[in-house]
Amino acid sequence: MSYVVGLKCKECGHRTGIAPEHVCQQCFGPYEVEYDYAAMLGKVTRESIAAGPPNLWRYKDLLPLSGEPKTGFNSGFTPFRKALRLGQELGCTDLWIKDDSCNYPTYSYKERVVSVAISKAVEFGFDTVGCASTGNLANSTAAHAAMAGLRCFVMIPHDLELGKVLGSLIFGPTMVRIRGTYDDVNRLCTEIADKYGWAIVNVNLRPYYTEGAKTYGFEIAEQFGWRLPQHTVVPTAGGTILPKIYKAYRELIELGLVQDNQPRIYCAQAAGCNPVVKAIHKGVDLIEPQKPNTMAKSIAIGNPADGYYVWHAVKDSGGWGESATDREIVDAIKLLARTEGIWTEPAGGTTLAAAVKLIQQGRIPRNESIVISITGNGLKTLEAVQNDLPMPEVIEAKLSEFDKLLERQRVKARPVRPATAPLQAVAPHVHAGLS
Amino acid sequence: MSVKVRIPSPLRSFTQGADVIEVAGTSVGEVLNGLKDKASGIETRLFKAPNQLNRFVNVYLNDEDVRFLNNLETPVKEGDEISIVPAIAGG
Repeated sequence: MSYVVGLKCKECGHRTGIAPEHVCQQCFGPYEVEYDYAAMLGKVTRESIAAGPPNLWRYKDLLPLSGEPKTGFNSGFTPFRKALRLGQELGCTDLWIKDDSCNYPTYSYKERVVSVAISKAVEFGFDTVGCASTGNLANSTAAHAAMAGLRCFVMIPHDLELGKVLGSLIFGPTMVRIRGTYDDVNRLCTEIADKYGWAIVNVNLRPYYTEGAKTYGFEIAEQFGWRLPQHTVVPTAGGTILPKIYKAYRELIELGLVQDNQPRIYCAQAAGCNPVVKAIHKGVDLIEPQKPNTMAKSIAIGNPADGYYVWHAVKDSGGWGESATDREIVDAIKLLARTEGIWTEPAGGTTLAAAVKLIQQGRIPRNESIVISITGNGLKTLEAVQNDLPMPEVIEAKLSEFDKLLERQRVKARPVRPATAPLQAVAPHVHAGLS
Repeated sequence: MSVKVRIPSPLRSFTQGADVIEVAGTSVGEVLNGLKDKASGIETRLFKAPNQLNRFVNVYLNDEDVRFLNNLETPVKEGDEISIVPAIAGG
């Protein structure tokens, strides 16, 4: 059953029925889906959720579909695990990673929003979907459109990484590369949605699309054993996911599924595109747009539509924001890979780098529960680390050559472990709440 | 002089469905203020206070966000095009 009441303007409270509309006709503010939480009490429970499928649709009662999902049957419910080695490195005792770098099928958090938006597009009867994207959304929209059998247009800035371009083209959409930044693409897409009447997932389906991001927060809570982490660090581009993680936490509190431990949310941005972090530091909720200049292209959005709501989620929760330079982003990507075996894209590097700063500043205490939100995969952005990882030299296939190589590199060969020696316990990949 | 203003669909109820309206004026602010003569009521959607746009209204002069120019005081010339664009989600 659906608990959806309708659409409600986040600014002026104006209500309207469920339709492919995103902007309030009264004040131009964004519409958001409204639910009947009172009707959910006693029906949407830990048990009802646990009885759902092992994908994001286990939270279907808290998502805005009227009928059955049309795609995303293998999306979401990504690993959540304790980061023991990274924690040791940072001196943190309760550090966790929510890892959407392996979200199916295109390896980013966007599967969540797209699964909801495409299912909703089918409900509304659209045959053509599209998006404005910095890459990940285009990949995901193209893949889910292919699964749902819809025509697809993806609009992207002209200078995206090759992996992001090919990662969309392979699914057969019409790709439009636009000279300019994401903000230019965004503006054009708004006009395209107006003129052609397509379902542009992050334009006219935005109220439904953004709700999908809540599942990231639901999963953290469930996988943490129906608890909320005290500190959650989240990257911000357009500002969709951060307020929705906060909303997810608040919904679970309202439904009595988790205790209110006053979780704090922190915003991470690249130094070359940090309009929200700047506004947080200034203490004023006026987001001044910027011209992005950062290697973290997936989060290079200088005019974040939901920046205002990011600011308020951070402030209301008692969090803070930090930004990271390109150098710090690459170092953090390498740190995460070296300590946890996770290869993330620059957005993830930004989040970890910002988290490290917040921890070092003492804003996030080292002994409290911390979640780092990893939202994308490094295999799509090879360019980000290419210059940092020089190609190793080639040797002949002779042991003597290898010996010489080791000598050159002054690497001490480790003693060979006897076959009988017990294997050391390694950091378990904990799926709390599921064991 | 006269400038074309592109009207997004949520505001076309004020323009009898027209997606472009020509308005005279010498600055972005003057043009947007002049819209109310041809589309009565639209000013309450655009402006929070005189000379202060609503938070979710983005205004472009040709291809540039006016916040990178001189905001509402940015001068306009014959043939310029102003777009009113609602904020949209990231991607």
